[in-house]
Amino acid sequence: MSQTRFTKDHEWIKVDGNVGTVGITEFAQGQLGDIVFVEVPPAGKAVKAGGEAAVVESVKAASEVYSPVSGTVKEGNSALPDAPETVNSDPRGKGWFFKIELSDVKELDGLMDQAAYDKFVAELS
Amino acid sequence: MTMPTTASGNRGLQLEQGLIFELNTPGMTAVDLPTAPKVTERLGDMKNSQAIGLPGLSEPDVVRHYTRLSQKNYSIDSGFYPLGSCTMKHNPRLNEKMARLPGFADIHPFQPVSTVLGALELIDTCAAWLKDLTGMAAVAMSPAAGAHGELCGLMCIKSAHEANGQSHRKTILVPESAHGTNPATAALCGYAVEAIPANAEGRVDVAALKAHLRPEIAAVMITNPNTCGLFERDCIDIAKAVHDAGAYFYMDGANYNAIVGRLRIADLGVDAMHINLHKTFSTPHGGGGPGAGPTVLSAKLAPFAPVPMVVKVGERYDAEEHAGFGAAKQSYGRMKGYHGQFGVFVRAVSYMMAMGIDGLRQASGDAVLNANYLLARLSEELTPAFDGPCMHEAVFDDRFLKGTGVTTLDIAKALIDEGVHPPTMYFPLVVHGALLMEPTETESKATLDGFIESLLHLARKAKSGTAEADFKAAPMYSPRRRLDETKAARKPILRWLPPADGNGAKQAAE
Repeated sequence: MSQTRFTKDHEWIKVDGNVGTVGITEFAQGQLGDIVFVEVPPAGKAVKAGGEAAVVESVKAASEVYSPVSGTVKEGNSALPDAPETVNSDPRGKGWFFKIELSDVKELDGLMDQAAYDKFVAELS
Repeated sequence: MTMPTTASGNRGLQLEQGLIFELNTPGMTAVDLPTAPKVTERLGDMKNSQAIGLPGLSEPDVVRHYTRLSQKNYSIDSGFYPLGSCTMKHNPRLNEKMARLPGFADIHPFQPVSTVLGALELIDTCAAWLKDLTGMAAVAMSPAAGAHGELCGLMCIKSAHEANGQSHRKTILVPESAHGTNPATAALCGYAVEAIPANAEGRVDVAALKAHLRPEIAAVMITNPNTCGLFERDCIDIAKAVHDAGAYFYMDGANYNAIVGRLRIADLGVDAMHINLHKTFSTPHGGGGPGAGPTVLSAKLAPFAPVPMVVKVGERYDAEEHAGFGAAKQSYGRMKGYHGQFGVFVRAVSYMMAMGIDGLRQASGDAVLNANYLLARLSEELTPAFDGPCMHEAVFDDRFLKGTGVTTLDIAKALIDEGVHPPTMYFPLVVHGALLMEPTETESKATLDGFIESLLHLARKAKSGTAEADFKAAPMYSPRRRLDETKAARKPILRWLPPADGNGAKQAAE
């Protein structure tokens, strides 16, 4: 059964077993505005929880996408660099950034679930 | 009101102008050349196989083309230009007169030193002023711009760590609100970057910074006044903690114009800081140049300064060109071809001498006063991002637009219709929907009042809730209406290509 968790930096991670898919949230894409550039990590790259994993650039700002968990990148979304607008139109679906093999599933316990994240976002605006 | 269209595409004296390649009339030329004599071709396979694609135009057409393009330019000489962090202030014409003196304008970097002693003396004079104003031990004059100066400072820091057996220091701390050049410079030097959060006041969180200090930290880069337009009050405390941890303290001097003549950087414990001569000391700049980023250095970093450097042998000036010799014994080497942006040095010295220390002190005071005037009067309708007073820049967030459907970008576009260059938008990133304004010391109260009236008018109009469509349509009166910035970034057309079917050129020009 899959579960989705969220970071305070507005990334989401959907986990099946020990493999997670990572992207940025609806709130994040709305704040960034039109996204014009995306860089995804190559397969095999080792990342740490909270470490830089991908880059996203909009007409307003350039920003890092941090990995919610530690592990090894299994795949970057190769369709994104040519179609960065997908992150705006479908942030929780086709706009995913990378898949990661988790080195410690327990790290998920430190992240927010949907209800906690929604509350977190409500307090921001 | 709909404007009537014209057959020419011109709007009154606002003239349409295509790319020079689109104006091409093959064979048209400004000069009549005699027919080339027939000669034996000696280039073999290397000879031109096709035309090289230079456009053919008459001399008056070329003159009109570039004159029309220049008329589309908006500059500090035509109007108010409050772009934040850029210090778009008046550039005294005296500077230009001095820079055009033949002894400064008509010299060449390859001339023998004995024929350019006056130029070396001028570089040394500029250096002496900068050292005097900052209290620092040395200054590297060759960096060509602010970011180049950052690189100079970090390379001195890296050299010092290497000389002291501290090569394991591989990380630089940079506040979240920093200019993007800070982390970029650190990365270029091979350092990892860690971000330090800001506190609610918009300043560096000193406790967080101290918590990040450890043996791997090579340096801390802090902008003061910072990009939120606020003075970093804890620099002395920060410098002590940084030095106790064995690291160096780099200060980004992009906003030095707000404090020049008021405090000595050395007294804050700074090890290196670049000075944007073109901003603080008034050279016309923008659009990428020309700049100059001399970097002042503490006694600990001075030995590693780059070559070439001006030295004095007895009473005579000379240039030390090579690292490893004389005054440049421990120099990290050369980062620029020659001595730096000499023309900017001339303007800076002209400005400093005309102003005097007292005049420079008044300029920084007036810059801060003007920014606080904007902050106070605009607070009537806009929402300041931080509690005042501010330094030389006033920052507003977009809370005043909440629920109106109008965004910071729309306000900026509408300001173009008001005849003003928009302020910096969406920077610093730590401020939501930021508008960052720098009025500088050279604008009169009348100019500031005009700008304030325009902005208050737009804020009230946005809040009326009836003008969203007007804002989305802005700018109405500029040579081009709102550009598709998203498409320009996603699918940039970076070069003109000749039309394949006669229609391609039009498309490329859009």
